[in-house]
Formats: sequence, C-alpha cells, structure tokens
Amino acid sequence: MSQIPAELRYSESHEWVQRLAPGHFRVGITDHAQELLGDVVFVETPAVGQTVTAGASCGVIESVKAASDLFTPLNGEVCAVHAELADNPQWLNEDPYGQGWIFELQGSDEDFAVLLDAKAYAQLSGS
Amino acid sequence: MNELLRTTPFHDWHLAHGARMAAFAGWEMPLHYGSQLQEHHAVRQAAGFFDVSHMRPLDVWGPDARALLRYALANDIARLDDRPGKGLYSTMLRNDGGILDDLIVFHLSSECYRLVLNAATAVQDLEYLQSLAHLQLWQVRFLPRDDWGILAVQGPRALSLVSPLLGVPALQNCPRFQGLELEFSSLFVARTGYTGEDGVEILGTPERLLAIADALHAQGVAPAGLAARDSLRLEAGLLLYGQDMGPADSPDRSHLAWTVDLRDPKRDFSGRAAIAKERHGILHQQLWGLVLSRHAIPRTGYEVLAEDGQIIGTVTSGLFSPSLGRGIALARLAAPYGPGMSAQVRIRHQVFPASIVEPPFWRQGKAIYPL
Repeated sequence: MSQIPAELRYSESHEWVQRLAPGHFRVGITDHAQELLGDVVFVETPAVGQTVTAGASCGVIESVKAASDLFTPLNGEVCAVHAELADNPQWLNEDPYGQGWIFELQGSDEDFAVLLDAKAYAQLSGS
Repeated sequence: MNELLRTTPFHDWHLAHGARMAAFAGWEMPLHYGSQLQEHHAVRQAAGFFDVSHMRPLDVWGPDARALLRYALANDIARLDDRPGKGLYSTMLRNDGGILDDLIVFHLSSECYRLVLNAATAVQDLEYLQSLAHLQLWQVRFLPRDDWGILAVQGPRALSLVSPLLGVPALQNCPRFQGLELEFSSLFVARTGYTGEDGVEILGTPERLLAIADALHAQGVAPAGLAARDSLRLEAGLLLYGQDMGPADSPDRSHLAWTVDLRDPKRDFSGRAAIAKERHGILHQQLWGLVLSRHAIPRTGYEVLAEDGQIIGTVTSGLFSPSLGRGIALARLAAPYGPGMSAQVRIRHQVFPASIVEPPFWRQGKAIYPL
C-alpha cells in the first residue's frame, strides 16, 4: 500500500506539504498520486516569485498516459523550484517524498495547520 | 473495486504480482505492475506477456459460415480458403460503411472460423452476426469461447521463449498471421499481436495459460499491463476501436482502406455500396500521425490547427512515446492536410508545432522518423 509519512500534511488533491521552517514549506505529490498517474515524463513547475492560490492549478504533471494539474495546497509566493526534475521526472515515481519534491513557497503557518494530517489523508486516499 | 466489472482468470495472479487494476471496457484489467515504461521497454528490447482475456474468441460453425463472414466482413475470407489456421485482419461495417468493429478472423476449416473480438463490442457483434444469419436463413452456429482466456507474448525474444513451453520447435517458421491448433485443439497459438513486435497470442483454458505465464515469469519475463500495451500499439500505428474509429467513421477515413477487399465483383458485403460511393468522391478526412517534441504531449480530444491557426482536426489517441522520447498521436484531420505538412496542437493554453506523418511511428525495432 502507498506510503503516508506521519510528519507531513496533505491536501485533498493529493499533494504533501513539509514545513521546513516557520512560514517556509516544501510541496510534492503523494505516493498515492504517483501510483495513479503512472510513469511521470514531464513536470511543468510554477516560476520562482509566482504568487499561487490554494486549490488553484500552478503547474502540470504529464505521465505517459495522462496530463494532470499540479495544485498548490497553500497560498503563498514560490521561493524555489526543483529544476533537476526537468531531466529526472521519474523521481516523482521513485521517491515522491524525497528527491521528487516539486517547489517551495513562503506561506502562513495557520494555513498549514488546517491541512489534513496523515491519518485523515489515509482515510481520504483509501490507503 | 466495482463489482459490476468482469474479471479474467488471471485476476488473482495480477493482484499477487502487484498490478494496479483499472476498469477497461467493462473489465477489471491490470494497468501496470509498477512501471509502464519498464514494461514498454521490456517488450521492445526482449519480451513481455499480457493478459488480454477481455478480448473474446467466437467460433462460427456450419455449412454457411463462409457465406456469412464473406458478407459480414469487409476483407474477403476467401483469401484464407484451403489455408487452415491462417488469419486475416478485417473491419466489420454497417451498410453505411461505418465501422462496427475490427477483428482477426482465422480459417480453421471450410466450415469453421474463429474470430477474436474487442471487449467492448463482443456482445453486440454476436447479436449482429446472429441477426444476419437469421435474415438470410444461413446454417450457422455460434460458439463464444467463454471457456478460454488469451495470453499475448510479445517482443523480439517472444517466439524463442514460447516455443519450448508449447513443445513447438518450429514456431519461428510459422508465418505471420498463422495460427496453430495444439494439444487436441485445446490450445490455439497465432503469430499475431498489437505491439509492433514479433510474438504470439495464445488462446486456451485458464489453467494452461496460467501455467505458461508462470513458466515465462520463472524465466525472468515480466508481465505488462494495458498501459504499456497502449503505448506500444500507438507507436506501431495500430488503431483502438471506439477511440480512433467507430460507427461514424469509414475504413477509408481511418487509414484502413486496405481492410476493404473489392476485388471479387460478385461478393456483396455489408458496406460495399457505401464504400464504392465514397471512393467516387473526394475524401474529406483522414487519420494521420502527429510527431511533436519531448515536452509537448498530445492527448485524446486536443485540437489540431493548421499553421495559420485554423482548426483542422482532433487528436484521437496521444501520449508520450517511450521509444521515441516525444509526444505522438493519431489525429483525424480534414483534407488536404497530410504527411509532409506541418500542423499545431493546442495543449492547454499554448500551441505546439507538430509534423503530420504516415503511421506507424515505430516498426521492427526502430523509429520510422528521424529523432
């Protein structure tokens, strides 16, 4: 069954969020999401400096068989993107919570606190 | 999963081998066993095996079986006369030339033929053939082979792997589209496939097919799912019924004109008059291939535009081609757009350049178009 690390928070659209420091978050897609997508071949990330809105599309993940929107779980400003994914899109499949991280943003700790915890996400994703 | 979905005899096998299952044409089928890309490359480079038991064998027996199928099919099974086991790809047409299904028909004897039908259309195909036989008072019996599954073994190494398992040393000498009845007709193996690679499709009882799958797996051959089957068939330029063509499309407009055999002027077949009429006019539409760049991946339903921005058609099947490393598609385009011309595909809010090409994209181990 798919992995759901206890220390992360989750969105209903299958992204995970890691709190790196107060107001500083890292975002990727969950193990469940990468299983649904199949082999990822291309990731279109948001741009550094871009303002993103929770629940809105901010990029695209293309697998062999389907294109899927990338949503941001938090409001904020993108402060880093994982540029190496351009040449290594398979990292989303191989290590979705590690090497497969997608972008980082500056956001609010209050917004983070109301995201799903691992237990709630496990229920949602049927894992 | 959905309890209304049918399952194949391999269902438990799939789950035991880590398959991610998905619904396809009313069946619960394996999508992949971990990585579609690895499964795709394994078939291109060595071999892989697929459970394709959702495809349905139908045996047609009787003194009028030949007459029925010469009427029902656009290709002419008279080509198979006196060639036991030989198979033929054909479309089956409505009177107006629309495609009811595409299938392979094997000649077993002058009074017995074996069809292999698409999952989604098998039931309506049988009803249609029954109604034709009834109207014409043809002496025919239908035997759906619900007792059988189908295992496809595909790839450059497929024949050498399967030959010893079936005890058929001469499988490599078996011509393409030739079927062999084995083990007192309890097993039927044909040199056919849907991947653009050499290989066989094996029809037989679940027990026998599971034993073959286990023996292949024990030799290190990996199972492959429907996702890899889709990327393999699209690279090979093979159409998927219901997606690339259907009842609204004629063979001539679907790059399948070669499946229509008009040579015998005395043979009447369903759709003949409509096809003949269509061939007197100007073809206004055709199914062509599109090749895009690595990061431009066309999907079903995307708009195709001319260089001046005018809409000229729609993508019917598209994906990232694992062998070519770029986006490829089949697309239904208005005349006169065709191979050698440039087009564009609208992908979300951008348009990307595409070359119009003649399918296939990949044949016998190599790319057809320069990368």
